[in-house]
Amino acid sequence: MSAAILSWAVTIAQIALAIAMALALVRMIKGPRAQDRVLGLDALYGNAMLLMLVFGIRTGNSLYFETSLIIGALGFVATVALAKFLMRGEVIE
Amino acid sequence: MNQAADLPIWAALLIALFLLIGAGLTLIGSFGLYRLRSFYDRIHAPTLGTSWGTAGIITASIIYFSVMESRLVLHQLLIGAFVIVTTPVTLILLSRAALYRDRAKNDPGVPPLDPPNNTSEISNPEKEPTPTHNNTHTGEV
Repeated sequence: MSAAILSWAVTIAQIALAIAMALALVRMIKGPRAQDRVLGLDALYGNAMLLMLVFGIRTGNSLYFETSLIIGALGFVATVALAKFLMRGEVIE
Repeated sequence: MNQAADLPIWAALLIALFLLIGAGLTLIGSFGLYRLRSFYDRIHAPTLGTSWGTAGIITASIIYFSVMESRLVLHQLLIGAFVIVTTPVTLILLSRAALYRDRAKNDPGVPPLDPPNNTSEISNPEKEPTPTHNNTHTGEV
């Protein structure tokens, strides 16, 4: 019974996060200006991080936690570098 | 999911509740990112996923691993602290970059960079409401 509840909840959460990633990807592809694309990339990174946490609950493996942490750190660095590039025209000055 | 059969029923219900709250709020935030009109509206939407979406999924993960391993597992809080610290930093940098680009393009939808200085107020003091209006207008940037 509890396995069935958990299996359904994890499946629904994974589908919802996959749809959220698809919406962020659509915004990243079609965004009118560059800042919309960067915002879509940031949302895509955040949703991928949450999807990795849900994969960790599904498999019971705590290795996915480290994957999720790395995705979050890379997303932060990527968004800050891209915002700095949009502001100044170069990343490190 | 093979080892999840020995979970107690209250833990399964609690994990399912927090998972659905977190994933649903993340989906609503991304739908707002897809649907809203201007960039300054859109930048608010994904923070739904980075505040309560992350908190819900992290809480579900903490409950699941704590019940499965029969001890307190709290390392998921590291992700929560990291996301809470980094999200305002990235979004403030991105919104300031967008504001700079809109001002460089002379977009009429954004307030100007500097309000008119006190020189106009000294030269003709009957136009006093104009600088105060401009001050309040740039104050909300």
